[in-house]
Amino acid sequence: MFEGNLSLKLGSFQLDSGPFAFESEGVTALFGRSGSGKSTLLRAMSGLDRRTRGQLRYHDEIWQDGRRALPAERRDIGMVFQHAALLGNRTVRGNLDFAARRAPQDRGAAIDRAEIIERTGIGPLLDRAVGNLSGGERQRVAIARALIGRPRVLMMDEPLAALDWRAKAELLDLFESVIRDFGIPTVLITHAPMEVERLADRVVFMGAGRVERVETLREALDRVDSPLFTEEGPVASLEGHVECVDGDPHRLRFVTTPRTADGTPVAFWLGADGTDVEHGPRRLRVRADDVALARRPIEDLSMQNQIPARIARIETSGPGRQAVFLTLNDGQRLVSEVTDRAVADMGLDAGQAVTALVKSAALLR
Amino acid sequence: MTLFGIPLDTHPIWLTLEVAALTTLALMIIGIPLAWWLARMQSRWRVLLEALVSLPLVLPPTVLGFYLIIALGPSGPFTEFLGLFGFEGQLTFNLMGLIIGSVIFSLPFMVQPMMSAFQALPEDVLDASRLMRAGFVDRFFNVILPLARQGLLVGSVLTFAHTVGEFGVVLMVGGNIEGETRLVSIAIFDHVESFEYDQAHLLSAIMVVFSFLTLVSVYLINRRFSARLG
Repeated sequence: MFEGNLSLKLGSFQLDSGPFAFESEGVTALFGRSGSGKSTLLRAMSGLDRRTRGQLRYHDEIWQDGRRALPAERRDIGMVFQHAALLGNRTVRGNLDFAARRAPQDRGAAIDRAEIIERTGIGPLLDRAVGNLSGGERQRVAIARALIGRPRVLMMDEPLAALDWRAKAELLDLFESVIRDFGIPTVLITHAPMEVERLADRVVFMGAGRVERVETLREALDRVDSPLFTEEGPVASLEGHVECVDGDPHRLRFVTTPRTADGTPVAFWLGADGTDVEHGPRRLRVRADDVALARRPIEDLSMQNQIPARIARIETSGPGRQAVFLTLNDGQRLVSEVTDRAVADMGLDAGQAVTALVKSAALLR
Repeated sequence: MTLFGIPLDTHPIWLTLEVAALTTLALMIIGIPLAWWLARMQSRWRVLLEALVSLPLVLPPTVLGFYLIIALGPSGPFTEFLGLFGFEGQLTFNLMGLIIGSVIFSLPFMVQPMMSAFQALPEDVLDASRLMRAGFVDRFFNVILPLARQGLLVGSVLTFAHTVGEFGVVLMVGGNIEGETRLVSIAIFDHVESFEYDQAHLLSAIMVVFSFLTLVSVYLINRRFSARLG
């Protein structure tokens, strides 16, 4: 649990967070446009700036009270910076050793060093100088170094922003699995909604140097005016795992994890090959404009995914467009974006049972 | 001793090396914290302090030497201040005077490269090491100095070489006492004054070779650094 009210003036920018409180378990995204104060808030929370004022508690530990602050070096924070911030005069191994030697033995996440190296895939890099690593490699080392320091909280300041799209996609997969498997409370700064939808459990919305609201990801995706929705429109994020049917790599599907006890898993065929997709738990991001609606299942259709669903509610999402929020049999939410005309012609209304049609090729591209 | 058939008094050479080494050592102890303090300073007074530190670069050595004689002389304010702590003796016209004069005169040569090195340190790396629980002393010796080592190297070598090449201040503060404060540069001046061109030639040639080798080694080490850092 993080609870506080922090202020910090950096240059001409003034952070006045206002009172905030959010659970620390899982991943919390600090989301906002550039200049909204998310980096400043993270800086204030980390204790790195002694001009920070206000209150901050982490569970029952006081991190900031007025001018008095617990020094940053005693907060057990593992930080991943946008540009990795590796020690340039050391090798990759030297960077890991620096963190390991200063890690507390009696608290924080005890994860085996060999496992961290294996999971982050930096084994072949250990003896390299950090100066000639690629951006993606640097971030892998940075996350490994942060984990080796046995942090109680992981903080990430736009860790993917400086990477090309391929490295970004790989790192996103890595973060998703590492954060989940090691279970370290994480605070992530991002301005990319996709990263929020893939990684976050809750979202702290920032604007003009203030915390505007704190919502669970489910709440944040369940309103048409969500700041997470960009020009591509509403998006749903489903929890589940990727698997191959009968071990056939070409028959890859995503099976959801039911939210409720009486829910049944829903399966989606995926438009990807099983040989280059990591199996196991992850999230599936489904854009509303990739989802069509039918009254009943349709035969002889290229859209492979015909998912039974029930309309929760319909809201206007833009000029001439309606967002139809659907509840699946597993209790999770899917959104379809259709025209006003389609809603009128089909007579769609809340409570009706429909079939959601999703192109496999649109999933997990 | 004689070299190439020319009589050579080696004392000024050893004295010069001794003064230069002690000056460099003293400036590491004084200059590094000073450079760090100035580099991190947010106050607008920093401009004034920077100008003050750089003053020896532009002042005629005689001006500096003159004020040093006044401050360090037997009844000078600095000597009297030390007298409060039981200090007896004098600070001018001896080894102590030479070193104090050299330290002040070479201050910018240590402080400026160190300041640039400290200012060029990546802020996020310092933050990262803090969050890895490195306290200030730990950070200073294991992160800051290693990352700024090029500045330290350049500053040290420049300080050493500049002290070896000094003339005006050491002549004013140290005088020209044979076997006590006569440095190589002053010895050369003496030889020329007394038309002993052979001796002047020999010492001058030694200075040229020494200075050249010093600078070559600096550039060699610099090149190795940049190659390794990529």
